[in-house]
Amino acid sequence: MSEMNEFDESAPTVVKRFMYVNRRAPYGTIYALECLEVVLVAAAFDQDVSVVFLDDGVCQLKKNQDTTGIGMKNFSKTYGALDDYDVEKIYVEKESLAARGLTADDLVIPVEVLAADDLREVMAQQDVVISF
Amino acid sequence: MLHLINKSPFERNALDSCLRMAKSGSAILLIEDGVYAALAKAAHAEKIIRRMGDCSFYVLGPDVAARGLSDAPLIEGIDVIDYEGFVDMVAEHDATQSWL
Repeated sequence: MSEMNEFDESAPTVVKRFMYVNRRAPYGTIYALECLEVVLVAAAFDQDVSVVFLDDGVCQLKKNQDTTGIGMKNFSKTYGALDDYDVEKIYVEKESLAARGLTADDLVIPVEVLAADDLREVMAQQDVVISF
Repeated sequence: MLHLINKSPFERNALDSCLRMAKSGSAILLIEDGVYAALAKAAHAEKIIRRMGDCSFYVLGPDVAARGLSDAPLIEGIDVIDYEGFVDMVAEHDATQSWL
């Protein structure tokens, strides 16, 4: 009887669509940093990964963060590493940016700005949605 | 009374409740994620502007800088203070209310 070894690299792999949804501001809670770390780990598993920033989550990507005054690590620079990990699907909700008076130019990395109508469609196509 | 707001107005209603309960002459200090309420171009700015006549508003500078808002337009009339100013404000007021 042949048994499929799940760690056998020649075995066929199932690629699932994973979406990580960021809805919290950085620093006030640990959610933003935790999500970033989970995404970077998950990127190693060759899955179809996308990251969404909506509501206060868009604030995570604000340029010019300087945390020297609050004694916390400025992890906003780490978003630049997503591209190195081949996480290229980064979506920001247009309405969330507008509500905070922000534009894509205010963000630390290039993103795809999507209106809620379009983001809803992308979200509906996912196999797994993980919310932070 | 010194009121402390440390929650984003987009996520919690702490700012709304504070503004509803704060008497004339109150000081309202935005700290941590509460500093997002100070964004001039944000949806909540109008609520603060409406109370500027009878309350004084402050925002903690280190929290503004941490969130990358030092270059963002803040509501005119909000005083940016540092940790020393924070301590002075607590000492100057008889009571402090944290709107957790």
